[in-house]
Amino acid sequence: MHSKLLFLVLLLLMPLVHAAPTVVTKDDPVLEKRVMDLSTHLRCLVCQNQTIADSNAELAVDLKNQVREKLRQGQSEQEILDYMVKRYGEFVLFSPLVKSTTWLLWFGPLLLLVVGLGVLFAVLRQRRKMMQRAPALSADDHARAASLLSGKEGEGHS
Amino acid sequence: MNRFLLPLGVFIVLVIFLWMGLSLNPREVPSPLINKVAPTFRLPQLHDSAKTIGPEDLRGKVWLLNVWSSWCVTCRQEHPLLVELGRQNLVPIYGLNYKDNRDDGLALLKSSGDPYVLSAYDREGNVGIDWGVYGVPETFVIDKSGLIRHKFIGALTPEIIQSKLIPLIKELNGA
Repeated sequence: MHSKLLFLVLLLLMPLVHAAPTVVTKDDPVLEKRVMDLSTHLRCLVCQNQTIADSNAELAVDLKNQVREKLRQGQSEQEILDYMVKRYGEFVLFSPLVKSTTWLLWFGPLLLLVVGLGVLFAVLRQRRKMMQRAPALSADDHARAASLLSGKEGEGHS
Repeated sequence: MNRFLLPLGVFIVLVIFLWMGLSLNPREVPSPLINKVAPTFRLPQLHDSAKTIGPEDLRGKVWLLNVWSSWCVTCRQEHPLLVELGRQNLVPIYGLNYKDNRDDGLALLKSSGDPYVLSAYDREGNVGIDWGVYGVPETFVIDKSGLIRHKFIGALTPEIIQSKLIPLIKELNGA
């Protein structure tokens, strides 16, 4: 009984053990916030679909330390981004810059939407024209259609 | 017939782009430092922490900076090639021992041979970041005026050394 209780207590304590190392106790929460904010704009180059804020890869940790160090030295956010771009290229920016080579990337989806709407309206208009051009039904046709619908005319394809 | 041509055309263009995409390596991020002045540093030497080394000491020479570490498996694969290249005396190879333990680094050089004229010891990896290093190994080619002329990302291979590295060094030395 005792050992079962002990086991249960230990089991319940497990999350604490796991959580302990991730608790960050940094002396300056304002600086830490700036580091994290800026880090969300920088791509982790070894885990390319993550920002360095999300990543615990060694390079990401190093880059965060660099960001922290430079902020501490009084550099502005833009200066640090410029530094990173000079070292690692524009790819290091998590959202690509808006410039002539990235216009297609930024506005391509909008372009597709406009083209899609254009095609949709063209097709709808053509269809309406076809409906208008379709010959009106004669009285005989109406009578036959009515009988078909009521199911009295048993012959045919059924 | 005609109404199939447009979707078919779109499909073919798509296939061509996807096909091209297959041969691209997303891990290779081109360095913006190419044809720029090599970032300066002053680091202790691996063998002798009392002495330092920096790019300024190497002005007027074509040289290689090979970023390596004892914990890096790919570096170990590359290592014999560097030793061989060092023996040929075509170009001085300098090492940047990146985020390594000094003793581990020295032990590797002792057991596998030391291709480097000197290795700089970058314990914290800050010089690495300054040079845009995001994985080891990386090899930079620096020309006589101190410009970075090429960066090889990942391990060098015999093919790369023969077809790219050696011709580039000959060209830079001739100029």
